[in-house]
Amino acid sequence: MAVVSSTNSTVMNNVEAVRATLYEAMKNDERTVILGEDVGARGNVFLITKDFIGEFGERRVIDTPIAEASIVGIAVGMAMEGLRPIAEIQFADFIYPSFNQIVGEAAKIRYRSNGEYTCPLVIRTPYGGGVRGALSHSVSIEALFYHVPGLKIVAPAFPDDVKGLLNAAIDDPDPVLFLEHKKTYRLIKGEVPDGHYTIPLGKANIRKAGTQLTVVSYGLYLHWALEAAERLAQEGLSVEVLDLRSIRPMDKTAILNSVEKTRKLLIVHEDNKFGGIGAEISAMVAEEALFSLDAPIRRLCGPDVPSMGYALPLEEEFMSSPAEMADAMRAMVKF
Amino acid sequence: MATTITMPQLGETVTEGTVAQWLKSVGDSVDKYEDFVEVSTDKVNAGVPSPVTGTIRELLVKEGETVATGTPIAVIDEVGAASAPAPAPPATSAAAAAPAPRAAQPSPSAPSPNGSPAPAASAVSELELEGALRGASPAVRRLAREHRIDIRAIKGSGSNGRVTADDVLAAARTGAPTPHAPAAAAAATVPPGTRTSTYAQPIPGTSISLVQARKIIAERMVESKHTAPHAWSMVQIDVTNVWKWRAREKDRFERETGYKLTLLPFFIRAVVESLAAFPLMNARFVPATAGGPPSIYVNDEVNIGIAIGLPANLVVPVVRGADKLSIKGLAVKGGELIDRARKNKLGVDDLAGGTFTVNNNGANGSWASAPIINGGQAGIVTMETVLKTVVVRDDDSLAIRSMMNSCLSLDHRVVDGYVASGFLAELKRRLEAMGPQGDL
Repeated sequence: MAVVSSTNSTVMNNVEAVRATLYEAMKNDERTVILGEDVGARGNVFLITKDFIGEFGERRVIDTPIAEASIVGIAVGMAMEGLRPIAEIQFADFIYPSFNQIVGEAAKIRYRSNGEYTCPLVIRTPYGGGVRGALSHSVSIEALFYHVPGLKIVAPAFPDDVKGLLNAAIDDPDPVLFLEHKKTYRLIKGEVPDGHYTIPLGKANIRKAGTQLTVVSYGLYLHWALEAAERLAQEGLSVEVLDLRSIRPMDKTAILNSVEKTRKLLIVHEDNKFGGIGAEISAMVAEEALFSLDAPIRRLCGPDVPSMGYALPLEEEFMSSPAEMADAMRAMVKF
Repeated sequence: MATTITMPQLGETVTEGTVAQWLKSVGDSVDKYEDFVEVSTDKVNAGVPSPVTGTIRELLVKEGETVATGTPIAVIDEVGAASAPAPAPPATSAAAAAPAPRAAQPSPSAPSPNGSPAPAASAVSELELEGALRGASPAVRRLAREHRIDIRAIKGSGSNGRVTADDVLAAARTGAPTPHAPAAAAAATVPPGTRTSTYAQPIPGTSISLVQARKIIAERMVESKHTAPHAWSMVQIDVTNVWKWRAREKDRFERETGYKLTLLPFFIRAVVESLAAFPLMNARFVPATAGGPPSIYVNDEVNIGIAIGLPANLVVPVVRGADKLSIKGLAVKGGELIDRARKNKLGVDDLAGGTFTVNNNGANGSWASAPIINGGQAGIVTMETVLKTVVVRDDDSLAIRSMMNSCLSLDHRVVDGYVASGFLAELKRRLEAMGPQGDL
């Protein structure tokens, strides 16, 4: 678990945790470089890198043109040649032009060079809906990338995980896609241990222990799942909520251990259902733990529509809610 | 049309199989791909699926009987073709082969929400169980089978009266319906007779009828102890450094491979290196036959069996070509085999071809043990518990070291104390030279 060098902690929200971690990385390692749209003079659209350019200079905090393929492509080159670039895609919805650089280049460098080169690159990007972001500021992209070997994908939900996992992503010798749910940026506060620590990539965390149903989630929906599980607890129903934290590598052991205990599995995510993260988890559990299952696996996920609309009813139709999750959980516990 | 089913070949090196249990009787209907017989070879039980949908016309082999692969074992009348005159069945079948009327089948009644009356107090037959399990979840099926519970006798607490996994466990615990059942359903109480004493759940004052695997274990143990004169020796090994090495690597290893890094692969590595130095330990005694005098065959392969105790069984999956694997390779392969053994998913070939056996006996604190040799091998060596011990070193200083005993049972027909003690000394020397760092 977390290797904490200090017992003190500070309360911060997710966006402050990202900022604090990036600041420490810039301060502690001269090889660290931040690049992206508006990360310099503007200090990032969420003010994550505010004043960084003044302190670290424009050679280490680089404002790029609006050209995502270049952002990632340049960062791949930096990483291969010894720097520790942290590239930012301003919103996950804009990541598509850089698909080739991420999937075709970054993820394959180690294999392609027979281990001679690695690509210690972090690509950070805010994702997810529920903020009236409409077509271009709401998307979830994890399923587009989780098919790709060589790429790690992290999606923390809590500020302490943000810091520990971002530090681990920066330390990792291979490319990591670091997904920050933008609705949780200021909504979610928590204790963050002071000092440098890391949380291993690929380890899930039981955020609430229970005995009658396993719920696997991550990101914003993880918080809603916890809220729903609390409601059920008041009804005397016991639900275990597993925070996946890392989407790839996926913590199979944690999922299987939990399912073997509760015998029922609900997967909740905001990304579209078809071919989503829940599909992989379902298949894995069906392969490895069929004879532990006392109910069909269920997925509560985004509908298969191109996007959530701007109009509030359309957004609400796309997004789930703690109430809807509680209904699904209740039905499964009582199945 | 009648289809004759033959004894399948379960694994490349297998030439015969034993009918462990018929899952169907004459007259039963069987679905395509549905298991209709359980066949056992060596220590593996495998269900054999029917290639056709139809009715069992004839069972040609008795339970417990062993026949060569390819021997006809059953005849199935394919559905839709039953009225057509069947072609002459194999010689063994006679007039008695007339298919039993289908009405003779027990009707598979669905679990009734009102709690249908319990079946007769006798033990649940496979057939009744099969019927009762239809529509039950995989977990319920597994638990009902394991605990021999007829789920028709249980009042379900799930939605629409569904019997849940917890209901089955509660019934197994109490022998009574779950608390959710109304008093009126008292008739549905599982009669005590439906609980059978098993190896995993022994009931005092009852006999346990042995499953095939346990019969084979019993036979093999007696055979080994009777034919191979066992001698025994033990060394004490300082594993402090290798223990440190393991501690340093274990988190990263588990993260990278998903398997726990135990002392076992280090130990196996030292064993195979020591076997290379003492090839007679990797040999077997070949008794005299009509064809020739007795001999000792020195194996060219180094295949290490890992003894794994399960609640109701003992299996020894084999790491083939163990001498060609690094410590990391041994850890992954061993982890995978242990994993599958615990999930009861070992295949026939996983268990065959062992030339020497390692028994990790120390997990529960055992300090020394005298293992029985796996038949057809020259020895078996154990890892006992690792204990921090105060030792006196050569310069008379005291030190706290992690010490482990390793015990060897040897077939005295193959090797004498000279070779065996040389082997143990080599094993000790190699393990003590490992670590505290290096590449796995």
